[in-house]
Amino acid sequence: MIELRDIRKTYHARSGPVDVLKGINLRVEKGEKIGIVGRNGAGKSTLIRLIGGIERPTSGTISQSMQISWPLAFTGAFQGTLTGIDNVRFICRIYGKPYEEVIDFVEDFSQLGRFLREPVKIYSSGMRARLAFAVSLMIDFDCYLIDEVVAVGDERFQQRSHHELFEVRRDRAIILVSHDANYMRLHCERAAVLDAGVLKQFETVDGAVHYHSEMMMS
Amino acid sequence: MNARIGNGGFARSFQIQVRVIWALLLREILTRYGRHNIGFLWLFVEPMLFTLGITALWTIAGLHHGSDLPITAFALTGYSTVLLWRNMPNRCVGSVLPNSALFYHRNVRIIDVFLSRIALEAIGATMSFVALAALFIYLEWMGPPEDALKVLQGWVLTAWFGAAFAMFLGALSEKSEIVEKLWHPTAYLLFPLSGAAYLVDALPKDFQDAVLWLPMVHGTEMVREGYFGSKIVAHYDIMYLVTCNMVLTLFALALERIVSRDFIPE
Repeated sequence: MIELRDIRKTYHARSGPVDVLKGINLRVEKGEKIGIVGRNGAGKSTLIRLIGGIERPTSGTISQSMQISWPLAFTGAFQGTLTGIDNVRFICRIYGKPYEEVIDFVEDFSQLGRFLREPVKIYSSGMRARLAFAVSLMIDFDCYLIDEVVAVGDERFQQRSHHELFEVRRDRAIILVSHDANYMRLHCERAAVLDAGVLKQFETVDGAVHYHSEMMMS
Repeated sequence: MNARIGNGGFARSFQIQVRVIWALLLREILTRYGRHNIGFLWLFVEPMLFTLGITALWTIAGLHHGSDLPITAFALTGYSTVLLWRNMPNRCVGSVLPNSALFYHRNVRIIDVFLSRIALEAIGATMSFVALAALFIYLEWMGPPEDALKVLQGWVLTAWFGAAFAMFLGALSEKSEIVEKLWHPTAYLLFPLSGAAYLVDALPKDFQDAVLWLPMVHGTEMVREGYFGSKIVAHYDIMYLVTCNMVLTLFALALERIVSRDFIPE
């Protein structure tokens, strides 16, 4: 369970305070898959970052009984001078996951071969993203946060990612932020629209998508 | 605000924090020293080289420190203590932003970055001090400490001061860039004042009263009294140092809290 109660977030910009979120309430149960839509700058990423514990809300509480991932396939968390393996070890240590248990999976999934033993700074962005995806999946999270559609690597890699995330881990909760209505329909049970810092929840994805597109028209 | 992981109690949070600090510590060793040549041994070889250099310089210069103490022992106790309280802030000032991406892992907090760096510097300075003392005693350049427990006491209180100072400046440097600019000259100027290069007893009375406002002078004097015991008259006040440490720790933790709440990783 994740529960957000009256979450507000204010950023202090040079031109004055900006209220990005104005009292968000949201409850996500175990295994639930929820989509969040909203126009650019509506605060979707901020919301994801608050749920992921990357930033703290200005007021309100977030309580959770689930392990929540960082935004999926986030590539920034690697230390460039360290090898892929060393980065994997570090993240294992942080989450208390035995390295031996995951390394085979990471090797197989990332398809990096001998580059896993090279410094991450020489990786291409595609290689980085594959490692990031593998690392996100190697820790057993109860809830995955996905900011924008996960389109990484070639078709085969995408199929494998899809398989690992939505089939192998189908019992996990997912909070998905996307502009892609079809992708959301495919993977989410319900959805919410974030507009002007307020979250409007819908029973179905179609309801949310419909509301969102009407809002965009007006 | 909620704790790091849902319903975890204190024991669980503590366990996570120790795990995170340990992970950061190993990462820091690896990024700083790598696996080339002597690797992590640099952790204490580097401060050892500093101390050896200072010891050699002071010996050659025949530094007039107002006592007939062996210059080797004088330099070792003084400079090691400086390294202890000075390197911690050096490593913590400006340490948050370059590690910004780490905070995408929810259990990694700014204080963990500080604590791991502080621990690493404490280990380095302590190992350097102990190894050099053992070497010098073996070479009979100086005798063993008269009261090792008092040395330890002075050492630990100095480390505490360094840690609180480091956290305070580390957090403050997130608030303002000026801190980083000012810290380096300040540290440089504090070195000759910190008690490393003189015994308080050898100073004129007015000067004594002035330098005893500096907390680290008390720590250095304590270490020296433990080492030389009856040969010197040490000037220090444990309560003053402890009070300074507590006040500084309080401010450091409060400031870390504020910075941690407002910090926005890229």
